[in-house]
Amino acid sequence: MTKTINLTLKIWRQSGPDSKGRLETYRATDISTDMSFLEMLDVINEKLTLEGTDPIAFDHDCREGICGMCGAVVNGRAHGPEKGTTLCQLHMRHFSDGDTVVIEPWRAKAFAIIKDLVVDRSALDIIIQAGGFISANTGGAQDANAILVPQAAAEKAMDAAACIGCGACVAACPNAAAMLFTGAKISHLALLPQGRPEAAKRAIKMLKTMDKLGFGNCTNERECEAECPKEISIVNIARMNREFFKASFFSDEK
Amino acid sequence: MPLDAKIPGGPIAGKWDRHLFELKLINPANKRKYDIIVVGTGLAGGSASATLAQLGYKVKTFCIQDSPRRAHSIAAQGGINAAKNYPNDGDSIWRLFYDTIKGGDFRSREANVYRLAQISNPIIDHCVAQGIPFARDYGGLLANRSFGGAQVSRTFYARGQTGQQLLLGAYSALSRQIADGNVQMFPRREMLDLVVVNGQARGIVVRNLINGQLERHAAHAVVLCTGGYGNVFFLSTNAMASNVTAAFRTYKKGAYFANPCFTQIHPTCVPVHGAYQSKLTLMSESLRNDGRVWVPKDPDDKRPSRQIPESERDYFLEEKYPSFGNLVPRDVASRNAKEQCDMGKGVGETGLAVYLDFADAIKRDTRAVIAKKYGNLFQMYEKITGEDPYERPMRIYPAVHYTMGGLWVDYNLMSTIDGLFVMGEANFSDHGANRLGASALMQGLADGYFIIPYTVGGYLAGAQFADVTPDHAAFKETENDAQSRLDKLLAINGKRTVDDIHKELSLILWDYCNMSRTNEDLEKARNLIQQLRAEFWENVTVPGSGKDFNQSLEKAGRVADFLEFAELMVLDALARQESCGGHFNEAYQTEAHEAKRDDENFCYVAAWEFAGKEKEPHVHKEPLVFENVELSQRSYK
Repeated sequence: MTKTINLTLKIWRQSGPDSKGRLETYRATDISTDMSFLEMLDVINEKLTLEGTDPIAFDHDCREGICGMCGAVVNGRAHGPEKGTTLCQLHMRHFSDGDTVVIEPWRAKAFAIIKDLVVDRSALDIIIQAGGFISANTGGAQDANAILVPQAAAEKAMDAAACIGCGACVAACPNAAAMLFTGAKISHLALLPQGRPEAAKRAIKMLKTMDKLGFGNCTNERECEAECPKEISIVNIARMNREFFKASFFSDEK
Repeated sequence: MPLDAKIPGGPIAGKWDRHLFELKLINPANKRKYDIIVVGTGLAGGSASATLAQLGYKVKTFCIQDSPRRAHSIAAQGGINAAKNYPNDGDSIWRLFYDTIKGGDFRSREANVYRLAQISNPIIDHCVAQGIPFARDYGGLLANRSFGGAQVSRTFYARGQTGQQLLLGAYSALSRQIADGNVQMFPRREMLDLVVVNGQARGIVVRNLINGQLERHAAHAVVLCTGGYGNVFFLSTNAMASNVTAAFRTYKKGAYFANPCFTQIHPTCVPVHGAYQSKLTLMSESLRNDGRVWVPKDPDDKRPSRQIPESERDYFLEEKYPSFGNLVPRDVASRNAKEQCDMGKGVGETGLAVYLDFADAIKRDTRAVIAKKYGNLFQMYEKITGEDPYERPMRIYPAVHYTMGGLWVDYNLMSTIDGLFVMGEANFSDHGANRLGASALMQGLADGYFIIPYTVGGYLAGAQFADVTPDHAAFKETENDAQSRLDKLLAINGKRTVDDIHKELSLILWDYCNMSRTNEDLEKARNLIQQLRAEFWENVTVPGSGKDFNQSLEKAGRVADFLEFAELMVLDALARQESCGGHFNEAYQTEAHEAKRDDENFCYVAAWEFAGKEKEPHVHKEPLVFENVELSQRSYK
């Protein structure tokens, strides 16, 4: 049943990439437990706007957990306390009356803060540009059913392809590594026959790019897997490492 | 100017091939001399950017989100249609064409729809080549399912995330072209206006959403892939940033807006639960393949769903439409759900919901099978409502989902402004008065991968271009206009927030211009919209500055356009004195409460031309000619 709760929010405010940030305290009163977390922030922002204060900037778009635009660290957890849930799909019924909730942006060397909770995740796009694709030009494809893909392989590829690129894995990782993100894309394509011709090149180029962009390394903390809203498995990191080693030893790619 | 759709002659099956041959070509070495701007990176914009760049054009692509991977095509769940006939169940290009024309209630162009059906097949081939992890059978062949409004299984899918996978495919192709230097990508940019020189679209003015700077970008052609206008209703299944601004600005620059009253209300959405609600979430209609829609027969029956015996349930869709049952097209399903709720038979706390029940499917196929098909949707439902749909039926209600109307385009997808092409949901072209399930992804990719690469070349090869740079007077003027509009919004300093006014607009439209309309209500809506627009420009408050990351200012600009656009929508609904597809005027219905078309008087596309501020727009009519499909009353009984 719907009820209302009152919360104390401590939210990171920072006016720009080079300015100093701080946690500010806000009261959230009469919050319906049916609200989503972002709707709760909407309510606060409406109030701030009417009070003449700058509302809290946060990224969001689809609000149904698929676009990957939203995200913040809530009480130390990327996307908040619920497993397999994006911030927009987190509902206030998971909080209790009187709770204090600390909300911070993703923190990683590779993600500069733009404003408040908004960060620059373009580094993830650059990793994909390094090889997260199959070089298939439009127009040249044979009949779709000419390529047989074992169902199990297609399912595993889909498990990896479900990544929404939100960056929670990076935010959750003590090393701010993008291994789960990169591993998911490498795995998705490596598991499919269509992806094999470029597998070696892809693994080497994407990993090198990842390193260059300032992401850290994997030390098997498994925080990424725990916080991934799409529950992408770290098996994908292992598969990426295999692809990388194979490519390094047995291919001409450098 | 009479509207010329430039439909090629000859028999329908040969029109596109013939047109492809007749379109002028540009020599590969010359393609790099042409700049093309693509606005939006959904299925249409992403695929067009990648393909145009692959051909050798210099492409500049813009998106409103922080990455081109986030466009709202990503949220499409159910699937993409193609006439492959892999299941051997009698499908064909002709049948897909016929179903789409009929599903659109005979308000789309035959030639465009036929081409769409033809192209549906190479889209699947290409997507598989790109590595889209479509569902497969044990033997490794592609799996298909039937989907809203079709009696054959022609829908390809990747779990409940088909849109995501197709979009990421287009995004990956785009990323490859960005890496190769063929596409220059501009994320976090919002198009504020189109620049027209000598009657040709020659560039755009955008706002950099990070620092607030206005930027000018020049090109030889502009391709608009900016999606639909469903958010005019505030609550819709669209993403929060989806808006009409880019399309509406070009309307004001001379592009005609076609059939704005054709909006799709999707039957299976999670019902509204409070005034703070920011958006509605769709539950894919693939659920209707296994879920049964029902309400209690007795309006006073308030027992929990599981305590209501079979004999006291009203499976109203199965009753009324025995051959299509729960799979009737969206407009029919939505109207029937509303009708049941209007009779007081709605369920849940608000009474504005019907049940979608999986108990029989789980009994028949086991929970594991149902979980495999719809697991992510069930999970999504549980997250939002806190209820377990394996144990209790889902509660669903119609919500605004898609807009069939859009900028008018000819067969080449070019608008009434030379060099301005419009694709995907932003154009009006292929879905008539109602879109069938799994057809939006098909259209977006058809436009982007397989139509625009040819037609834009045909235009460029035949056009003369003056030398236009961003220093041209037209750019300065357009930028000044955009800047003064932003300044004006920031200077009002009233007492109401942008969202507050947008929500009021939402109530007006939902009450008076949704899935069932009357002339009186529409007149009322028009007045209320005009009053609200005046209120907005006097009493809105937009905090912050224009030279900063300012989400309130972004929203304000979009709502300002929605407030004008809403009136156009209502005007179009008033002008169309018939019922068809998603446009249902209560004065025009059959005895069984189905939409009753008036083919004698309204078998046309209504294309609206902007006539000046606060002036009545002019309507232009493009007659629709049906040579291949016989005009008939739609029946799904």
